[in-house]
Amino acid sequence: MTTMTIAKAINEGLRATLNNNPRSLLMGEDIGALGGVYRVTDGLMADFGVDRVVDTPLAESGIIGTAIGLSLRGYQPICEIQFDGFVFPGFNQITTQLAKMHSRSNGNLTVPVVIRIPYGGGIGSIEHHSESPEALFAHTAGLRIITPSNPHDAYWMIQQAVDCQDPVIVFEPKRRYWLKGDVDTENPGASANPFKAHVLREGTDATVVVYGPLVPVALAAAEAAAEDGRSVEVIDLRSISPIDFDTVAASVRKTGRLVVAHEAPTFGGIGGEIAARISERAFHSLEAPVIRVGGFHMPYPVAKVEEDYLPDIDRILEALDRALAY
Amino acid sequence: MGTTHLPSTEFDGTDMDDQLEAEAEAHLGAPAEPMVQLLGPDGTLGSDPVFSKYAEKLDPGTLRGFYADMAKIRRFDVEATALQRQGQLALWVPLTGQEAAQIGSGRASQPQDYIFPTYREHGVALTRNVDLAELLRQFRGVSNGGWNPKDTNFHLYTLVLAAQTPHAVGYAMGIQRDQKLAAAAAGRAGAEPAEPNAAVMVYFGDGASSEGDVHESMVFASSYQAPVVFFCQNNHWAISVPSSVQTRIPLANRAKGYGFPGIRVDGNDVIAVHAVTEWALEQAREGNGPVLIEAFTYRVGAHTTADDPTKYRGSAEEGLWRAKDPLERLEKYLRAQGLADDAFFEQVRADGDELAAYVRKTTHDLETPDIRTAFANTYVEAHPLVAEELAWFEEYSAGFADEDTAAPVQSTEAETEVTEAAN
Repeated sequence: MTTMTIAKAINEGLRATLNNNPRSLLMGEDIGALGGVYRVTDGLMADFGVDRVVDTPLAESGIIGTAIGLSLRGYQPICEIQFDGFVFPGFNQITTQLAKMHSRSNGNLTVPVVIRIPYGGGIGSIEHHSESPEALFAHTAGLRIITPSNPHDAYWMIQQAVDCQDPVIVFEPKRRYWLKGDVDTENPGASANPFKAHVLREGTDATVVVYGPLVPVALAAAEAAAEDGRSVEVIDLRSISPIDFDTVAASVRKTGRLVVAHEAPTFGGIGGEIAARISERAFHSLEAPVIRVGGFHMPYPVAKVEEDYLPDIDRILEALDRALAY
Repeated sequence: MGTTHLPSTEFDGTDMDDQLEAEAEAHLGAPAEPMVQLLGPDGTLGSDPVFSKYAEKLDPGTLRGFYADMAKIRRFDVEATALQRQGQLALWVPLTGQEAAQIGSGRASQPQDYIFPTYREHGVALTRNVDLAELLRQFRGVSNGGWNPKDTNFHLYTLVLAAQTPHAVGYAMGIQRDQKLAAAAAGRAGAEPAEPNAAVMVYFGDGASSEGDVHESMVFASSYQAPVVFFCQNNHWAISVPSSVQTRIPLANRAKGYGFPGIRVDGNDVIAVHAVTEWALEQAREGNGPVLIEAFTYRVGAHTTADDPTKYRGSAEEGLWRAKDPLERLEKYLRAQGLADDAFFEQVRADGDELAAYVRKTTHDLETPDIRTAFANTYVEAHPLVAEELAWFEEYSAGFADEDTAAPVQSTEAETEVTEAAN
């Protein structure tokens, strides 16, 4: 068991992948000598060389598109998109090409490309650096989307993404890159399946579902609720596509109330999908409507007001109050 | 490159008719830019300081093969168009006029090379031994692919224009890595690498040349000196928009901006296309980096069977390009040189009819897939949502199991509701 940050855990996970899988390679802007703008790939080019850690031209469609070609040749590229808001020049390659290649080839071709995207706000940055576009990708069949919330998951999920024969997008909670935690590099333990949700805190009065950067927020909200005598269960979704509805539904059957929180806008978002599915699966267990907490229907606001936009402890507590009022 | 070499068409932005007229004039005359041509429209063989030596290697059998391939794919094109008109295909994308560009380049590739087509490269598919009936699956609506690219190293058609160009560069980057790994392994064993060097060739058109993916892939190819040949068929029309809207300079000239060679070749001259492509693929395989080839040709027919070229271009223009027909000029040459006789051309026609009959029959027999295959192929690995939706679909479908035998057919719940609403 080693203590490290999420950024370091991903770095170590990538290092393990490069060591274990000779056909894996990293691609992205500034990931080589600089080690990435968040230093997630720090030191890897020096150790594995320029053919395995590729500083690419500044072109996201080119990065994803050439990664698809490399995967068709039997390589396993792991692409870094520098920031969430910069993935869109590569959106066409991801949604019309990468996601569909296996299907349109009648199963003859596989393109196990991994795309790493630092996402989310709360870092006081300028525009296009704080977004949460996961729902846009979750809507596309053929892709898998996972997001770690702690160093242990980060270490294992990046390797599991590479092992998966489907394309996987790993959304990395950038404001948590420096969050420290214990990592067992020998054994994934409960994290053996990256597509399974984890119940992080058990409770009986209400369930809060979160993922990525909001996991610590939800845990803190549950702690605060406990002080008021309310027992809140917290689920880390971990996988956004597919979603582990079994775990969520089982929790709701127990608690009867569900709050879903994410930084992305609620309209057309993951929370809405969970609300709909849970209302189908656990309608008779629900004591209250599923309540969503998320961003507003606006472009991500300027940094000076992002605190008003981002779900925080109070926003989650307010939602719990509403759910428990029924 | 002086301004006098620029294409003659200039836009004043005022009169579309004038613009179209000027465009047509530009097409009527000889192209303003120099291009590699060995076999002229009159069927006489010229010379080129670089490329004649490639032409000289072609034996009579190969030249007759070029003709047979071009005739075969033109006959296939006619048949597929007819099948569309009969309602057997949803759409067809004709290639007539571009046979030399496709057969010449395709025949220059080697089995270990990998080809990324757009969606009109039926002639290239022929040279890669793709079963032509399988090409029709996509256009009949029974598959989005139709053949296994691993069998022929001929990739699936790509309909999002230029999206395949970075795939080609990435594939070429993979070849580079394979070669390094093989060389290292051979070095350890004290031997030469066993596999022949491979290259990638990617097709796109004058329209797609405006897509950002072409730019990005050329940047990547140049940066990493990837073994890739960009083969642009400039057929002059992107549906209804003339090539002059895509570019004010010859497309081949763009290569210079990326730092690799660009060559314009007469795309209706199969011998020149073959020579230039063979040279370019050699460059790529030998590690000299990418090459851009612009095959100057013409889409004699419509963009697709849903298109109507009379809305945007004149028949005179089409007529002048028909005079540059790639098959006729090779036939003239073969006859003049005594390399082929009436019997040969008669046999080619008979082979074409046989192919057409085969394609007709196979198209009619192409099976409609079960949607369960779409469930199965969305992901490689098991996926709970797909499994859940498939299970629902099976249960739902099972509700109709007795439909064929039940009499009368019972109305569904939805129909009942509609009836009640109407009442």
